[in-house]
Amino acid sequence: MGVGIEVKDLNAWYGSNHTLQDINLNIQPNEATALIGPSGCGKSTFVRCLNRMHETNPIAKVTGSVRIGDLDIYNDASPVEVRRRIGMVFQRPNPFPTMSIYDNVASGLRLNGFRNRRVLDEVVERSLKHAALWDEVKDELKKKSGASLSGGQQQRLCIARALAVDPEVLLMDEPASALDPVSTAKIEDLIFQLKSQYTIIIVTHNMQQAARVAERTGFFLNGKLVEFDSTHKIFTNPRDKRTEDYITGRFG
Amino acid sequence: MTRVRFHQSLEDLKEKLLVMAGMAEQAIQRAIEAYRVRDLSICDLVDRGEMAINRFEREIDQTALDLLAMEQPMAIDLRFILAVIKINADVERVGDSAVTISDRVRDLQAFPVADLPVDIPRMATLAAAMVRKALQSFIEADAEMAQSVLSMDDSVDKLNGNAYFSLLNLMKQEPQMTPQALHALMIARSLERVADHATNIAEDVIFWVSGADVRHHMSVRNHNESQDSQ
Repeated sequence: MGVGIEVKDLNAWYGSNHTLQDINLNIQPNEATALIGPSGCGKSTFVRCLNRMHETNPIAKVTGSVRIGDLDIYNDASPVEVRRRIGMVFQRPNPFPTMSIYDNVASGLRLNGFRNRRVLDEVVERSLKHAALWDEVKDELKKKSGASLSGGQQQRLCIARALAVDPEVLLMDEPASALDPVSTAKIEDLIFQLKSQYTIIIVTHNMQQAARVAERTGFFLNGKLVEFDSTHKIFTNPRDKRTEDYITGRFG
Repeated sequence: MTRVRFHQSLEDLKEKLLVMAGMAEQAIQRAIEAYRVRDLSICDLVDRGEMAINRFEREIDQTALDLLAMEQPMAIDLRFILAVIKINADVERVGDSAVTISDRVRDLQAFPVADLPVDIPRMATLAAAMVRKALQSFIEADAEMAQSVLSMDDSVDKLNGNAYFSLLNLMKQEPQMTPQALHALMIARSLERVADHATNIAEDVIFWVSGADVRHHMSVRNHNESQDSQ
């Protein structure tokens, strides 16, 4: 099951650049939350703070607290533990190119020490089914490499790989921006289905996509969370003029 | 500004709707003038104007549909286009009411002029003032001005109610006056409908500007509270 995320006074820096400023928000479990805002507004940095990827950059710094369920991710857990509980899918599908479809999905489990063949088979099948890819690849799991799939299939493979380690939260950073409309629709359908089991956070530049898939939406601007509300409110009648200017294209 | 062409299209749409609304307003004035002076040539002008109004109605709906499909508007732009589609329908119905009045004026021509116990010009002045104010609130994107239109509707309703009872009495006391009384009643009823359309337009302006749905006597505050509790 998905868990809630509580962010308190989160600040992040790249060197002297204060990229996230005093972010406070509560993300509800088993919902999709969309993050929107212009390039450089801090939304991707925010997502990278949720799975402790921000700090992998030597000049980066984070303060504040993030609780994922009961876990204080900056005080109670290692980055590896955090990333097992929080899966991530990126803008460009990034399957391991030399690995088969099967090995791509099983890679996270193997890294965590799982070797039992039967367990791996089960998890690979379940993850590919959850990612709505199973029917398309089940006959060539070990023959075909991840890189031989279409872009949309590769992205669903990456989602299956993220799901295989049984995370509670799925972060998606522009998961459909490199995909055609049919593949995009499949990813969006998938987000709908995955909500019942995971908490989903999706960064997107596609406003219609945010409106279609997310229950709640946050608008970031210049490192600040300007508005966070129900998606319905944000896209029909936002409270903040800056949000309205951005979503109606009057911004800038 | 980044979506310059789109926002220019919205301005063009607004302008077109206002041209059409001006024609509908003029149609009501002409129909009432035709009633006052019993001049059927003015009725012909009303009929011709109606055709132009209908053409505008189709064009505006088509443009609005194109913008929804091609531009995928959000927030205030989305509310604007929805409001335009609805105002468009109400303005067209104001034009229809003018035609109804003008038809009744033609029918009345068969009867001698009588002093009927109904102040049609006064009702018409009030209803036309509501339409003008509703349209002004649309031009100025002024929700407060639109709100003031809503409270004017009661006076027109009251005049229509009075007309009903006075004309009913006339029909009872002087049955030979029944045809004229019925025509006058239909004219009063049409003007009451014009006021209702003005009310609808004002409600749509409030929705466009503030996002509040104030139809069916819902206040802006009640609307906001119900939205917040969702």
